[in-house]
Amino acid sequence: MKVLVAVKRVVDYKVQIRVKSDNSGVETQNVKMSVNPPDENAIEEAVKLKEQGLANEIISVSIGDDKSQDVLRTSMAMGIDRSILVKSQNTLEPLAVAKTLKIIIDKEKPDLVLMGKQAIDDDSNQTGQILSALLNWPQGCFISNLKIENNKVFISREIDEGIENLETSLPAVLTCDLRLNTPRFASLPNIMKAKKKPLETIDIDTLGIDTSSKIKTLKVIEPPKRKAGIMVNDVKELVQKLKYEAKVI
Amino acid sequence: MSVLVVAEHDNKNLKSSTLNTISAAEKLSEDIHLLILGNKIEDLAKSSKSIQLVKKVIICDHEKLENQIPELSSPIISNLAENYSHILAPSSTFGKNLLPRVSAQLDVTQISDIIGIESQDTFIRPIYAGNAISYVQTNQKINLMTIRPTSFEKCEEAGGDAAVENIPFIDSEVKTTFVSREVSKSDRPELGNARVVVSGGRGLENSDNFKLLYDLADKLNAAVGASRAAVDSGYIGNEYQVGQTGKMVAPELYIAVGISGAIQHLAGMKESKVIVAINKDLEAPIFNIADYGLSSDLFQAIPEIIKELDLLNQIES
Ligand SMILES: Cc1cc2nc3c(=O)[nH]c(=O)nc-3n(C[C@H](O)[C@H](O)[C@H](O)COP(=O)(O)OP(=O)(O)OC[C@H]3O[C@@H](n4cnc5c(N)ncnc54)[C@H](O)[C@@H]3O)c2cc1C
Ligand SMILES: Nc1ncnc2c1ncn2[C@@H]1O[C@H](COP(=O)(O)O)[C@@H](O)[C@H]1O
Repeated sequence: MKVLVAVKRVVDYKVQIRVKSDNSGVETQNVKMSVNPPDENAIEEAVKLKEQGLANEIISVSIGDDKSQDVLRTSMAMGIDRSILVKSQNTLEPLAVAKTLKIIIDKEKPDLVLMGKQAIDDDSNQTGQILSALLNWPQGCFISNLKIENNKVFISREIDEGIENLETSLPAVLTCDLRLNTPRFASLPNIMKAKKKPLETIDIDTLGIDTSSKIKTLKVIEPPKRKAGIMVNDVKELVQKLKYEAKVI
Repeated sequence: MSVLVVAEHDNKNLKSSTLNTISAAEKLSEDIHLLILGNKIEDLAKSSKSIQLVKKVIICDHEKLENQIPELSSPIISNLAENYSHILAPSSTFGKNLLPRVSAQLDVTQISDIIGIESQDTFIRPIYAGNAISYVQTNQKINLMTIRPTSFEKCEEAGGDAAVENIPFIDSEVKTTFVSREVSKSDRPELGNARVVVSGGRGLENSDNFKLLYDLADKLNAAVGASRAAVDSGYIGNEYQVGQTGKMVAPELYIAVGISGAIQHLAGMKESKVIVAINKDLEAPIFNIADYGLSSDLFQAIPEIIKELDLLNQIES
C-alpha cells in the first residue's frame, strides 16, 4: 500500500497572532512556522502503517512557497520516504488545494490519503472532503481511530454527539483529529537523514488547473476585546455577584 | 433568489443548529427552503412545516439516508443547487462533513463558519482560532456557507405553514457502511445551546472528579464542557470538548474550572456573556478574559459553591 500525506505550513500554534496594521491580513513574517498540528497526526499514522508493514511507500505533499520545504523535511525526519512540493506564491483556497492534490494523486496513485481535519490558520475544514468528492473515493473525516485489514478500513470519527464507527474500503481519503495518535519527535540523526531524502519540486503553473481565488478578503480586523473583569475574594462573593450583579443564576 | 438551508436532525427532531441557520438565511432572502434528507421523516416534515421563516420544506425520505453518509446526500443537494443563490448548513460536524463535497460537485469555493452576514455577497468569519476576524466577498454563481450556530439567534418554531415537497432519492454507489454510533445519554441541556455551561480541564485530574462538576452543573441546570486536555486524558468524551477543534459555545454563563485558558480553548467560549474562572494559579491566562475570577483550589471551591447555591435556594423558597 502506498500512502500520501498532505502537509500545510502554518503559523505555529503557540504564536500570539497579530493583525497587520493595514488590515490586509495576519502577520506571517518573522513568526515561527510549523507543520499544521493535525497534519503531524497524519504523518505519524502513515509512519505507523509503514512500521506495521501495511504501507511500503509513504510520501508527503505540500503546496506553498519555497519555505514549505521545511515542513516536508520535518515529515521526512519523522519517517516519510520522499516529498513533493508544489510551488505556489499565492495562498490557495481549499478547492484549489484539493484540485492540486488530485493531480498529484492521479500521478502517484496512492491507496490512501491522510490529511489534517483542519488547517489552524484558515480553520476551513474542507480540503479532505472536497478531495474525496473530486476523486470519488470514500471519505472519513475527523478520525480518532484507524484500523486497516485486508483492504477494509475501519474508522472511528469524532462527531458532535460522540463517536461514529464506519467501515469502508481503499482507496480512501481520511482526515485526522489530534487524538488519532501522538506524533513522534524527530531525532537528530533522523533530521540529518531527512536532508538526503528526495524532495521533488513542481511549479503549480505547469499543472494546468484554475487555482485562482474565488473569495476576496476585504479586511482582517482584531476581534473585539472583552473588558477586564475582577477577582473575587471567596465563593460567597462569587455567588453573590453572579446572582445580584450579573444576574445569571 | 431563494436560499436553501440543509437541516441537521436525527430523523425525529431538528437540531437547534438548524434553527440558528434559518435565522442566518433570513438575512439573505425571504424565500427560505428547508431541505431534510433522512429516513422515515414524515413526522419531522410535519413539525418543520410550522417554522415561521420557512416557505417550503423539501424532503427526501429514503432508508439509505438514515445515517447521513455524505457521499449519498451531497449529490442530492448539488442537484437542487441551480434554484438557489445560497446554500447554508450549520458548521457542526454534520455540516462540515457534508457541504464541502457539494462545493466540489459545483466547483465553487465554500465559506466556512460564518459569524456575520454583511450583504448578499459579504460575510464575516473568524480565522486563526478567532484571533482575527476576516471580511470576505465572493462573486460566484452560488454561495455555499456553513454557519456558526452561536452567532445567530434561534428562529421561531411556530406560526408558519410551509408547503411540503417530496423529491426523489438519487442513488450513488457508496463504499462506506455505517457500523455504530456511540452517543452519551444525558438529561442535561445540550452543550451547544445551554444557558449555562460548566467546563472542566486538566485540573480535575481524573474522570471520577468530574462528578463534582456534574453536581455543580445539575444545581445550575447547566451543560458540561471540557478542555481538550481533559478529553485527551480520558476524563470525559470528545463530544464535550470546547474550543478551536471542538464545539463553539456562547452561553449566558460559562464557568471554567481547572482550565488554564489556552487560545485554542478560548476560541470556543470567549463569546460567552459572563465568564467565571476558577483556578489555583493566579497567573493562568483564563483570568485575563474572565468577568469573575476566583483563585482557589477547585476541590475546595466547587463543594462550597454548591452549598452556597443550596442556601440561596432555601432563602428564595
Ligand atoms: C491545533 C490545536 C487545537 C487545539 N484545540 C483545542 C480545543 O478545541 N479545546 C481546548 O480546550 N484545547 C485545545 N487545544 C489544546 C490547548 O492548547 C491546551 O493544551 C488545552 O486547552 C489545555 O487544557 P487545560 O487548560 O485543561 O490544561 P492545562 O493547560 O494543563 O491547565 C490546567 C489548569 O488547571 C489548574 N489547576 C490544576 N489543579 C487545580 C486545582 N486543584 N484547583 C484549581 N485549578 C487547578 C492549573 O493551574 C492550570 O491552569 C488545542 C491545541 C492545538 C495544538
Ligand atoms: N497548502 C496545502 N498544502 C498541503 N496540504 C494542505 C494545504 N492546505 C490544506 N491542506 C490539507 O488539508 C487539511 C485541511 O485544511 P483546511 O481545509 O484548509 O482546513 C490540512 O490539514 C492539510 O492536510
